[in-house]
Amino acid sequence: MAIRSFLILFILFFFSSLNPILSLYEDQVGLVDWHQQYLGKVKQAVFHTHKTGRKRVVVSTEENVVASLDLRQGEIFWRHVLGSNDVIDGIDIALGKYVITLSSGGSILRAWNLPDGQMVWESSLRGPKHSKSLLLLPTNLKIEKDNVVIIFSNGHLNAVSCIDGEVLWEKDFEGESLEVQQVIQPPGSNLIYVVGFASSSLFEMYQINALNGELLKHESAAFSGGFLGEVSPVFRETVVALDSTGLILLTISFQNGKISFQQTPISNLVKDSFGPAKIIPSSVTGIFAIKINAVTIVIRVTDENKLEVVEKTNHETSISDALSISEGQQAFALVQHASHEIHLRVKLAHNWDDNLLKESVKMDQHRGLVHKVYINNYIRTDKSYGFRALIVMEDHSLLLLQQGEIVWSREDGLASIIDVTTSELPVERDGVSVAKVEHNLFEWLKGHMLKLKGTLMLANPQDIAAIQSMRLKNSEKSKMTRDHNGFRKLLIVLTRAGKLFALHTGDGHIVWSHLLQSLQKSKVCQHPIGLNLYKWQVPHHHAMDENPSVLVIGKCGPSSDAPGALSFVDTYTGKELSSLSLLHSVAQVIPLPYTDSTEQRLHLLIDADKHAHLYPKTPEAISIFEREFSNIYWYSVEDDNGIIKGHALRGKCTGEVADEVCFDTRELWSIVFPSESEKIIATVTRKLTECHVVNGGYGRWVVHTQAKVIADQEVMYKYISRNLLFVATVALKGSGEIGSVTPEESWLVAYLIDTVTGRILHRVTHHGSQGPVHAVFSENWVVYHYFNLKAHRYEMSVIEIYDQSRADNKDVWKLVLGKHNLNSPISLYSRPDVITKSQSYFFTHSVKAIAVTSTTKGITSKQLLIGTIGDQVLALDKRFLDPRRTVNPTQAEKEEGIIPLTDSLPIIPQSYVTHALRVEGLRGIITVPAKLESTTLVFAHGVDLFFTQLAPSRTYDSLTDDFNYALLLITIVALVAAIFVTWTLSERKELQDNWR
Amino acid sequence: MEKGKGVMGAGRRWAVDFSDNSTAPSSRDIPDPPGFTRASVDQDDSAVSRQKNDAEANWKAQKAWEVAQAPFKNLLMMGFMMWMAGSTVHLFSIGITFSALWQPISALQGVGKVFEPYKDNKVDLLGPKLLFIALNLGGLALGVWKLNTLGLLPTHASDWVSSLSPAQEVEYSGGGIPL
Repeated sequence: MAIRSFLILFILFFFSSLNPILSLYEDQVGLVDWHQQYLGKVKQAVFHTHKTGRKRVVVSTEENVVASLDLRQGEIFWRHVLGSNDVIDGIDIALGKYVITLSSGGSILRAWNLPDGQMVWESSLRGPKHSKSLLLLPTNLKIEKDNVVIIFSNGHLNAVSCIDGEVLWEKDFEGESLEVQQVIQPPGSNLIYVVGFASSSLFEMYQINALNGELLKHESAAFSGGFLGEVSPVFRETVVALDSTGLILLTISFQNGKISFQQTPISNLVKDSFGPAKIIPSSVTGIFAIKINAVTIVIRVTDENKLEVVEKTNHETSISDALSISEGQQAFALVQHASHEIHLRVKLAHNWDDNLLKESVKMDQHRGLVHKVYINNYIRTDKSYGFRALIVMEDHSLLLLQQGEIVWSREDGLASIIDVTTSELPVERDGVSVAKVEHNLFEWLKGHMLKLKGTLMLANPQDIAAIQSMRLKNSEKSKMTRDHNGFRKLLIVLTRAGKLFALHTGDGHIVWSHLLQSLQKSKVCQHPIGLNLYKWQVPHHHAMDENPSVLVIGKCGPSSDAPGALSFVDTYTGKELSSLSLLHSVAQVIPLPYTDSTEQRLHLLIDADKHAHLYPKTPEAISIFEREFSNIYWYSVEDDNGIIKGHALRGKCTGEVADEVCFDTRELWSIVFPSESEKIIATVTRKLTECHVVNGGYGRWVVHTQAKVIADQEVMYKYISRNLLFVATVALKGSGEIGSVTPEESWLVAYLIDTVTGRILHRVTHHGSQGPVHAVFSENWVVYHYFNLKAHRYEMSVIEIYDQSRADNKDVWKLVLGKHNLNSPISLYSRPDVITKSQSYFFTHSVKAIAVTSTTKGITSKQLLIGTIGDQVLALDKRFLDPRRTVNPTQAEKEEGIIPLTDSLPIIPQSYVTHALRVEGLRGIITVPAKLESTTLVFAHGVDLFFTQLAPSRTYDSLTDDFNYALLLITIVALVAAIFVTWTLSERKELQDNWR
Repeated sequence: MEKGKGVMGAGRRWAVDFSDNSTAPSSRDIPDPPGFTRASVDQDDSAVSRQKNDAEANWKAQKAWEVAQAPFKNLLMMGFMMWMAGSTVHLFSIGITFSALWQPISALQGVGKVFEPYKDNKVDLLGPKLLFIALNLGGLALGVWKLNTLGLLPTHASDWVSSLSPAQEVEYSGGGIPL
């Protein structure tokens, strides 16, 4: 009763202002949210050290970012994120003021203004996309006083003007079956050499006049051995290549148009060499390197084209590009990795024996190996040369080394997050290291007095600034312990580099990072890929002393039967507890809703042969599992074949894979979609985070109630099943890009499927619609986003599913006395009687991701979080996607909070969660409930990271942060004082009266 | 405060007790003056006093009936107030409803006190008391009815199921697209 009246009061309170706008005030930005900008793994870096102005480096990355960084601090001056299909092939700086980028497989050339990053011009280059593209910026080649860019892409050689992007001349190589390897422009000449292979054993050389693109000479020579991999230019007219066996080095010179081969077997150079080699291309004159297994060999080419081994090392080695420091002198850097430090050597190209610079830098082991190095020189105060090196590490981080020290480092691995999970922080108690944050009472009082001044509008601008900085620097939020409201947590993220980071939700700082052993290249695992993160152990009640841990799942190689790799990582310390190389592959991971006595969660790993493997491999886990054996099912979606199959467990594995924790499975049901008319494009289930784990028992969904009260006190029972799958299929023709088909040819079918029995509970066809489909499933509803070809607009639909079989529970007395079956466990094999309600609305944006807010108990109303194409996150109230909306809602419905139906969903500018910021390259949105019911934590990741707290129904259960406790305290004190004063006064008066 | 309580209990500001209840010796705490014999006075004025007593009893009974009927006016006023308050939940309607509930309850608690002044051996107070109680119960019913119209009474199925957590499912299934 009381609950209900309270709820009604709350609801009325919320709905009295029909559109609760959850916007921020300007001074609230940064209080609970943080935003971090990253770049991704650097592919190429070009230094720009103009004499005047600030020194900077321009980088292009694997996340398709081109950015200009400050060399002193590593800050981003400007940054552009090109689309995911606009891969950057090359960058360079032209004329000291333009950044030239070649992207999209060599078909788009852009120039950006170096100081501010504005685009100057863009030109697109024609041709079919097939070959590799090369960008070349000759330093002193001019055509009619125009500096040019030479581009080889798509079978064309183009010379483009630096000033306006105009194509000056074009040479077509399309007719020739040429596989271009290098475009060489010897400095000081007006010649361009294009070298490449044709039909695997023919070496071709074209000499072209750089001024007009005229073909001067064309030579070709056959080499019977064939070629392997890349070529490395060593001299102006000499390149080095490998024959097809990888055992013989070829020095190919084409001086004066004559091609000559010189063969040198590697075994002649290195005595104990074995296995095929690989060329590591470098642009340093006269030097190149090859790699045989783990051994790196640096080879010098003498003037007579003789090869000479100058260094052979087992350490991981990277060679930088050449840097011309003075006339005819080239310097390059060599970085070698030794266990805890890296050795940086800078040498002159023609003088191997002397080092210009030799430094050792201590390096964190968790950065892995050095992948790339770029050097740059500067002139010291004593007129000698100093060198700085930009290095890219295995974990994708970027560091600048200068004078034997790391000047700055950027954790750019965080730009490519694969999976995210959360972990609680340690409970505050003695012995737990807690950042010292408490300040004395005086400070506290002073702060509150300032706040009070602010509230009473007495503060001057300095005070206001002081208040603001105090709010932003609130050290409370970055404490390393659990807080009462559950706002402070650890975000555990797995990056593409196989590194695990723990970020603090308070301010986003990295608490620890760990390069996972199981996801490192090794003999057994050549191409490890990180896949997913799962909560392995969440200590709860009786296992409080244990640290929580996460399970990282990876596999070796992209094929489906590649063996899996597991890592268990302690989330408090970041230590890898153990790592396993599995014998079986990992096709599915099913976290089961059971935990053992140490709160380790049971996981079922399904391999490619459809065997189920149980982890942890303990007898206790097996006994728990066997108890629930007959109730565990799994399903597989084969999107290529258009089949969804359901499986049940059968018994212990038989045959050679016999193992205590291995189980056979059998197929129960299958749904086959007609391949010509339906193709699976999206499947969505409810998020695992919506499920609590009850020890040894069943999981309980975080759904507050199974009933939905509608107008006139009627009840509808939600069909809440954790085994529901939403599947969207499109016509085969319509599976391409939007607009590639007519509305008549395309349709979209949405299904709701019970994954235990394979029953299709609901099916709806949207004619004239097309993917891509983004969907989110929560409680008893699913919301999905697609394109309507007829209306030429995006649409969002909602399906809500209700259970009719419970609808006859209407007798109040039965309910009062508890004589109902609403709480008894349900089997999905009983016949469900469901009804669905659905509605569609237009939506303006195309969508990158959809998520839904989740709270601890599921009482708070929900909001959809939509990642828009503009890389922002929009919060949209679920009430807008309510299938019970009508054009003219009745009074009762209005009271219930039903919004009159409109054809499109409103986009309220204030409801952008990311306010003025952009999460560039947005890929995923994760919501985590805080302990406070009203609040949910939102983490959006892409190239950038963004975190904030949301209260979809406002913070009804706590005072706001800026609540003035001092004012409250002062008021209470004043009141108490007033009481005492008036009391004494009245006493005195009474006494006087009595004496009268 | 102390003074106020007594006043409020009787519902009047002041009262003069004309009835001479000095016949009951127990109530007499002041000793009679010397030479005064109570009995003789009683005997002398017996006829007059009986008449007087009868009138008083009548008057008391009448008064008691009046007091018993008093809540009826209250009831009408309450009804009017409730009608004014409307059927939506807000501060005013909640206040009215709760006072409508509280007044009858407090009145019922103090039934004995209300009829204390009219207590007489000759006066039958049962009737007025019953009427008083009935009227107050009517007021209470009105309050409850109002509570119900406001939707604050758990009379619907929805009030009992909204706090029920979802039922457990026996089966568990997981999976999806192969990693």
